[in-house]
Amino acid sequence: MRKGLSWFNVTSIALGFAFLYIPIILLVVYSFNASRLVTVWAGFSTHWYWQLFQNEQLLDAAWVTLRVAFITASVATVLGTMAAITLTRYGRFNGRMLFSGMIYAPLVMPEVITGLSLLLLFVAVNIDRGFWTITLAHITFTMCFVCVVVQSRLVTFDRSLEEAALDLGCPPLKTFLVVTLPIILPAVVSGWMLAFTLSLDDLVIASFTTGPGATTLPMRIYSQVRLGVTPEINAACTLLIAIVTVVVIIASIMTKRQEMERQKAERLAAAG
Amino acid sequence: MSAGVAEKTQKTIGGIRRKFAPWKDPSAVPLIRFQNVTKRFGDFIAIENLSLDIYEREFFALLGPSGCGKTTLMRMLAGFEEPNEGRITLAGEDLVGTPPYRRPVNMMFQSYALFPHMSVWDNIAFGLRQDGMEKGAVAARVEEMLKLVKLGQFAKRKPHQLSGGQRQRVALARSLAKRPKVLLLDEPLGALDKKLREETQFELMDIQMELGMTFLIVTHDQEEAMTVADRIAVMNHGKLVQVDQPAVIYEHPNSRYVADFVGDVNILDATVVSVEPGLVTVRPVAAPDMLFRIAQDCPAKVGDSVAIALRPEKLRVELDPPADASVNCLSGEIWDIGYLGDLSIYHVELPGGSRVKAAKPNLTRMVERPISWDDKVYVSFSPDAGVVLTS
Repeated sequence: MRKGLSWFNVTSIALGFAFLYIPIILLVVYSFNASRLVTVWAGFSTHWYWQLFQNEQLLDAAWVTLRVAFITASVATVLGTMAAITLTRYGRFNGRMLFSGMIYAPLVMPEVITGLSLLLLFVAVNIDRGFWTITLAHITFTMCFVCVVVQSRLVTFDRSLEEAALDLGCPPLKTFLVVTLPIILPAVVSGWMLAFTLSLDDLVIASFTTGPGATTLPMRIYSQVRLGVTPEINAACTLLIAIVTVVVIIASIMTKRQEMERQKAERLAAAG
Repeated sequence: MSAGVAEKTQKTIGGIRRKFAPWKDPSAVPLIRFQNVTKRFGDFIAIENLSLDIYEREFFALLGPSGCGKTTLMRMLAGFEEPNEGRITLAGEDLVGTPPYRRPVNMMFQSYALFPHMSVWDNIAFGLRQDGMEKGAVAARVEEMLKLVKLGQFAKRKPHQLSGGQRQRVALARSLAKRPKVLLLDEPLGALDKKLREETQFELMDIQMELGMTFLIVTHDQEEAMTVADRIAVMNHGKLVQVDQPAVIYEHPNSRYVADFVGDVNILDATVVSVEPGLVTVRPVAAPDMLFRIAQDCPAKVGDSVAIALRPEKLRVELDPPADASVNCLSGEIWDIGYLGDLSIYHVELPGGSRVKAAKPNLTRMVERPISWDDKVYVSFSPDAGVVLTS
């Protein structure tokens, strides 16, 4: 059934990729533009990157974003993994449907609604809004993604491995730490990275839940762009794209490799 | 190994095997006791009021079709399931309520359950390290185990770099390393091919003998159970049907179920004509003009409906009628022939339409067999070949 690519295929692929990536490529290219005017090319320069690193406001925002993303990813990974274990291991406990529904709801919930309802909550309980409210909000909406990733791994996990550890005299908690966790670790790490990138580029929920003194990078960029796009913003965005790309690529390679290892092991077992 | 040594080892095995029968000794104390154990999963009764004694150094097999409760029984001993009723004791200690990680039994899993992120060496050392055994002793024991299962050169490999047979050995070494009081084997050879399986069965017996441990094996393969075990418990629907030595199970099954499950068998319905001490005469339904005399004490009364179990290899198939064709003889036509190489299985159709199977060893290389399709043949057997089954 394998045929060479027809002209139609080539054209549609080219158009598709162009539609997706030309804006991003333009942004990256113009971040190296020597001219202040966004639309006029005046030669290659890394000037705007220098400028960027002298922009205190942007650097502050970047620092806030990284800290939020790091704490969010770490907490969401712990909670999400625990939720995944509960959902895969404890069979049909009372309220399982409700629990899984509540875990997965943020996946499909419009961000505006998540943001608004969190804002109402924070106002109602009268917490000072700022760094911690953003972090809490981000943990809430990234946890379900971690849960999905880890759960998909746990479904194929051979429980007799845990039984073997128990049988050999290893208590349950230690069994989780020395047998289960190392085996599902790639999925847990992918979950962490996913949560990290989601938190990194969130604008909507952060805008709703922030307060004075805590401005994330996406918020800073958005507010500056309203006053006009500067090449400096292009540079900041290029760096952001680079970070997200690297993290996503690492996460997908890890998942891919884990899958390949499993298939290889299964093939060997079959050939046995 | 020289022929002399091999002969000597075999003699010692024979010597131990022949004398070993603690279940016949009323003063022997069982190592494992299941007392009136019942296990339910919701409405399903997996084990029903079961009592069973297993003795020290015994190689005991639980045999039955899938879903008969044999694995549940084993998992209750390992501690992965708790009985709803009854007691399970090991060396006098009640095990119910003790978590699996505090029980002095180890299990070899059907899937082997080797830890994929650890080397062969670390897999075997895992249980020893849980006990806080000191480093030197762990190393010595692991080396000893590797030698026992002949995997010395594979110590550094990960499980996925091993063949199925090698993985099976690692799993065995890991479960033996802690010298448990009882080793549980859950379908341990299920994933191996036939030849390797047969070899490994004998190795298992040797290892069990060498370490002097109690082995409890779960299997659905009756040949495997017969080969390795001192005693077999045949199970059905959560109950024990018969518990005895392999030869007794095979030659004197106590029910249609056991006769049918263990080995190949012809089961013929019959009516009891007379009962004398040591001799039963019956009239088979399939050949009402014939009488079967069977040398056996039997609780049945005249007129009772019984079943006669006849093993195919105990039937003679001949073209000429035997000297006395009035008893223990059936006539019919060859319906089909199954050629297995070592044996030929003749399917003989009786006048009534029912069929019996008779196995005949192929003693010569003759390809043109003297008995062929549609030949009229006589199937006969001696009085001690058949078994009368009342249930």
